[in-house]
Amino acid sequence: MSSEPLSVDILTSPHVKRPMSTNAIMRNVAVALAPVALFSIFAFGLSALLLLSVATISCVLTEWAVCRLSGKPNTVGDYSAAVTGLLLGLTLPPSFPLWMVAVGGAISIGLGKALFGGLGYNTFNPALVGRAFLQAAFPVAVTTWTPPFVQGRFLACIPSTLAFPFLKPTPVAEYIAAANIDAFTGATPLNLEGVTRLADPLDLFMGMTSGSTGETCAVLILLCGGYLLVRNMLDWRIPAGVLGSVFALSGVLHLINADTYPGPLFMVFSGGLMLGAIFMATDMVTSPTTALGVWIFSILIGVITVVIRLKGSLPEGVMYAILLANAVTPLIETWTQPRVFGTTKKASSTS
Amino acid sequence: MAQNFVLGHTFSHGVHPPEHKKGTRTEPIERLGFAPTLVVPLAQHIGAPAKAVVAKKQEVARGELIAEAGGFVSVPMHAPAAGTVTKIDLALIASGSMAPAVYIKVDPEASQEALEGEPFDIEAAAPGDLVGAVQQAGLVGLGGAAFPTHVKMTVPEGKTIDTVLANGCECEPYLTCDHRLMLEQKDELFAGLAIALKATGADRAIIGIEDNKQDALALLRDSVPHGLPIFVAPVKTKYPQGAEKMLIKALLNREVPSGGLPMDVNVACFNVSTLAQMAALLPKRQGLIERVVTVTGPGVRKPGNYLIPLGTPLQFILDHVGLTDDARQVILGGPMMGPSVSSLDVPTTKGVSGILALTQKELDDRPKQVYPCIKCGSCVEACPLYLNPSLLGALARKEEYEAMEQGYHLNDCFECASCTYVCPSNIPLVQYFRIAKSMNRERKAAKRK
Ligand code: SF4
Ligand code: SF4
Repeated sequence: MSSEPLSVDILTSPHVKRPMSTNAIMRNVAVALAPVALFSIFAFGLSALLLLSVATISCVLTEWAVCRLSGKPNTVGDYSAAVTGLLLGLTLPPSFPLWMVAVGGAISIGLGKALFGGLGYNTFNPALVGRAFLQAAFPVAVTTWTPPFVQGRFLACIPSTLAFPFLKPTPVAEYIAAANIDAFTGATPLNLEGVTRLADPLDLFMGMTSGSTGETCAVLILLCGGYLLVRNMLDWRIPAGVLGSVFALSGVLHLINADTYPGPLFMVFSGGLMLGAIFMATDMVTSPTTALGVWIFSILIGVITVVIRLKGSLPEGVMYAILLANAVTPLIETWTQPRVFGTTKKASSTS
Repeated sequence: MAQNFVLGHTFSHGVHPPEHKKGTRTEPIERLGFAPTLVVPLAQHIGAPAKAVVAKKQEVARGELIAEAGGFVSVPMHAPAAGTVTKIDLALIASGSMAPAVYIKVDPEASQEALEGEPFDIEAAAPGDLVGAVQQAGLVGLGGAAFPTHVKMTVPEGKTIDTVLANGCECEPYLTCDHRLMLEQKDELFAGLAIALKATGADRAIIGIEDNKQDALALLRDSVPHGLPIFVAPVKTKYPQGAEKMLIKALLNREVPSGGLPMDVNVACFNVSTLAQMAALLPKRQGLIERVVTVTGPGVRKPGNYLIPLGTPLQFILDHVGLTDDARQVILGGPMMGPSVSSLDVPTTKGVSGILALTQKELDDRPKQVYPCIKCGSCVEACPLYLNPSLLGALARKEEYEAMEQGYHLNDCFECASCTYVCPSNIPLVQYFRIAKSMNRERKAAKRK
């Protein structure tokens, strides 16, 4: 027992903290995305590997450069840029030229995040900002699909992957033809050509179809989301709201007219919906903080997705649905501020 | 009588910090000896400081009045030990500032019998007399708030109290003094409740206990005296269940209005230790001179629940229980709300329910780096008052303190620190709110001039 005066450190309460950090959340999202990325490399080969690497590296490099230029502390270590890069890569078609990927990564971080003030201040999901830019700038490349499980995919790239900057990407028709897949049309299952030929939901579920690099295997995405859920790092209400509302709305439409509208299972498991619902809509920064707000936000995404898919001219609505919902998140938050304990009014309306 | 309250109920939101109560929950209350010198600050309660009524060199008996109440919202002080007043001077107190205090050199020869006043017939006393006697006893909320008890017992014109709540939640991690008190002094607790029932005119009393104290729940439930309308109710173990507003919500499903008092929903709420002391002191008109304190934490060798004379310097107590070599930080109260002290010269006061010593390890475990708010919403889902700490934090960073108060209910925040506890970005939210409140107070004071 020491009777010497104790050299006490003074800190303010609370003196205990829940052991969960922003760093750990981002790291776990990256870990949860890893199996999705690995499956896509397995399905699409060398091209997918290069695509995901370039997307991640370009995002991290941009983050680093932005921090350097603005004189802010380096925030590369918080993993959020890596997550953005990985997500961006997973939404792109495997044949996407690498130089375009790099541009997308720079836009994601530079325009989608840094311009707003960095992590926590951005209104839109950075990966989707990059993706939306690429969609507008390179509409053809972004919708050129190649089949999965092509022989020799680990030895050689899809020709367009290594296209030179600003040159017209090499057409992939030959590659597709060489792959010799029966009745492959080069269209993602969602490219509804009058909705005559739909992929089997089970194939979509298992990832046996073509599509964007990381969007094909719904079951894997679900499992990875489950991992985050168990670790308490994912708000289950968002995927539940998005998938539930897509299922319900498309189910009702399908009942009304099964010829025009595809079935709910197809709608839920196709395209980027699963990846979007579990990994992008759930981005904490760009989704509401209030409980009611979270439900409004996620149902909004589901409804807009169905509307765009069935009524719009775009094959893929999830991305725009999430971006739109991101845009109204501040508004939703203002509307859904909880009633303060012991009052009858909302916090924001009492001033 | 109808038991129209929900059993096992709770409030919404809140957090679950690790309890850390194992070390002391089974340790019986043990009396600690007298330090050579006791330091009794005159302001150790909420409200006006007490006024010293003793002079330097004056001999005092144990329990003798040494300072009288400085107003209605104030309580007197009594000598915690027989001895000589050496000086009335500034002393370092828990907040880190200096405040006037009476220094008493303990007389080692004295018998240390506590002084007894005229017997007080509680049965015959009118409610007003009871309230007066409670103030005379120097009683304040012993759960940590240190708000003068008699003020809560005073029912103003036009108000009625229908329910008295005894708060036995003890929701702060590490603390077990109230738990031990309920196990060891149940008769005093019931007697105290009888006094509170009489003084407030309430027609029932409920003892609310977190369900991590099943032994106390069972014991009290089995021993409620016949004829008293006292009920024992479990509440969920969740922080901050012991906050008055949360306990009232849990047991009665009533919400104390924003800016209001329990009285506004016809409730008076007292800590179980306060009630037990009330029953012990009032019959002989004695004053509060000691209290049970949980001395614990990884930095303490002999953790336990100790009955400690008020005014005992921390150094004396920690010498008695022994600090480990790596002890680094001493906290008064629990780890969620308790301040850490800058010196071990600080004396224990009426509101100190725990002395917690943390080691280098706990300091190292505290995250250092602060990340930007990622709008995860954890704080919103933790705040028991349904505030939006994330938004308040953003305003605080912009120093928009006035807007925080006027638009976002800053003043409802009672600094429970639940938001800071959960924040993954390690943002010092509650610290911001303390600063914002004091800035607002200063601004208002400046305006008044
Ligand atoms: S410290 Fe204030 S804002 Fe934070 S949880 Fe407690 S009451 Fe809510
Ligand atoms: S808990 Fe922290 S990071 Fe999450 S919303 Fe609140 S302040 Fe922001």
